[in-house]
Amino acid sequence: MTDALACRPTPGYARWRAWKSKGMTVLLGLCAIAVAAPLFLVIYFLVHEGASALDWSFFTQLPKPTGEAGGGMAHAIVGTLVLLAMAACVGVPVGVMGGIYLAEYGSDRTSYWTRFAADVLNGVPSIVWGMVAWAMLVVPFKTFSAYAGGVALGLMMIPLVMRTTEEVLILVPQSYREAALALGIERWKIVLVIVVKTAMKGIVTGVLVALARVAGETAPLLFTALGNNFWSGNLSEPIAALPLQIFSYAISPYDDWHRQAWAGALVLMLLILSLNLLVRFLSRGKSTT
Amino acid sequence: MSPPTISAAGPSPRAPSHAADRTFRWAALLAAMSIFVLIGLVGWELYAGSRLSIQKFGLNFLGSTTWDPVADQYGALPFIFGTLVSSLIALAIAVPLGVATALFLTEMAPQRIRQPVITVIEMLAAVPSVIFGLWGIFVLIPWLRDHFFQWLKSTLGFLPLFQGPIYGVSMLAGGIIVAIMILPIVTSVSREILRSVPNLQREAAYALGATHWEVIRIAVLSYARRGIFGAAVLGLGRALGETMAVTMVIGNRPDIKASLFAPGYTLASVVANEFAEATTDLYLNSLFELGLVLVLLTVLVNGAAQFMLRQLAGPGSGKIA
Repeated sequence: MTDALACRPTPGYARWRAWKSKGMTVLLGLCAIAVAAPLFLVIYFLVHEGASALDWSFFTQLPKPTGEAGGGMAHAIVGTLVLLAMAACVGVPVGVMGGIYLAEYGSDRTSYWTRFAADVLNGVPSIVWGMVAWAMLVVPFKTFSAYAGGVALGLMMIPLVMRTTEEVLILVPQSYREAALALGIERWKIVLVIVVKTAMKGIVTGVLVALARVAGETAPLLFTALGNNFWSGNLSEPIAALPLQIFSYAISPYDDWHRQAWAGALVLMLLILSLNLLVRFLSRGKSTT
Repeated sequence: MSPPTISAAGPSPRAPSHAADRTFRWAALLAAMSIFVLIGLVGWELYAGSRLSIQKFGLNFLGSTTWDPVADQYGALPFIFGTLVSSLIALAIAVPLGVATALFLTEMAPQRIRQPVITVIEMLAAVPSVIFGLWGIFVLIPWLRDHFFQWLKSTLGFLPLFQGPIYGVSMLAGGIIVAIMILPIVTSVSREILRSVPNLQREAAYALGATHWEVIRIAVLSYARRGIFGAAVLGLGRALGETMAVTMVIGNRPDIKASLFAPGYTLASVVANEFAEATTDLYLNSLFELGLVLVLLTVLVNGAAQFMLRQLAGPGSGKIA
């Protein structure tokens, strides 16, 4: 590994090394472009294919039967929002409280292992959460339901929210806690009213990141929420979701449905991007690099 | 556990031990322990769901290549093969590209283009799997089928890997789409690792008269080798579990073929496709056992990656990845 630095002080060799260095810079730059390119390709096609099928009725109507033009995905858009709300109800309280424990109470060792377990849990494939929710909520109640889908997404959120909450709580200066303790305030009030309140923006950011991540999940919903071509009047019935609708339309043989799938994908992407923009807006000022 | 504690979070002088305090603490503890409950739940539900097929097939399940719902005979090998091959293709593409990009961003790129590129890569991570799948079906697959695969076949066709009919949907297409999806994580973890290389390393190499590239190769890359390996393993963990996009482009045929142009099937995608239509108990149990195999694989790989990265970073500093 030292051959390059060995003393070969001929001007030709030095020039070759300089050229090689320049060449590698260009090559690595090209790699960076290759990595960034898919995002632009995906967005280009989403806009190009999706925008034409996007009209008012897409947001207000139910799907039309095969062969009839028009129709929309209003039910799937609402369904996705309903599922996200349910996921938040499961994931946010547990995740935030767990994060509070890790940051405020846990001993170094329990916190280390809990963090480790949370990171490993983060890597469990999303389809598996679908199977677990199916076994827990679909089999006993003998019906696919919005509940099962919401819980599947909510369980996925727990480790994500827990880790981000902990990370921002640790950043709250220790002197705040000490000052409050010196005033004789109870510990739980200190945590909720002072520490959590100080870190609120960061916690909300973490929740939004988690929501953006599960918003596009399809696999956990396949056999829990199942999908639905009509409005669901009841959370114990199957419910439609944008990702599910995109999937079933994409693998269908009809051109009309393909167009609808692109439009749905465009809407889903916009939803996720706006969540991400909100995150950026909230965390601006903090260094992100 | 005595109520007035001095916790890790700070020196608390004898906090008043009110019931509310204790309740809050317990609630927080319960929430934190839910992580372990969830791990247990995942393991138990998958095991309970696959008991029938574990009893019937035993270890043969893992080695059998038959997947025949009509004859009620099930084996996992084609899916394990498909999962591993598509993930390895993805790694072979994503690790060099991701590390190169991370190098470019930390060592070479002018300051003002760094942040935009980082933002683009973060946004790539936010694109849902199903959208990559949609794009894969209608944009990537036709292009691969009509151009890239033809070119591969004519130049590298002497290898058994690149022989046989080209359908478009294939193991290679699955690997490519997974590569795109794990690139953000491989890149960002590699970037963290490279950023942690001390500047002294670089300065020492410059002082010896090394060129920019030699500094990177000798001082940076060799220093960061272990961390980059950790990033690759983390990428592998992600690749193994990718579901929707792979399901949409890999062809979904439980065959073991040498050709990368042939359709394949992965553990995650067979569950996604066949779970809702599993007609017999044994069928359903076998799908659950595939899920169990998948979870064991990913947890093992992820655990190893987390462990490696933590060893480098020291306790308490692991980022969510």
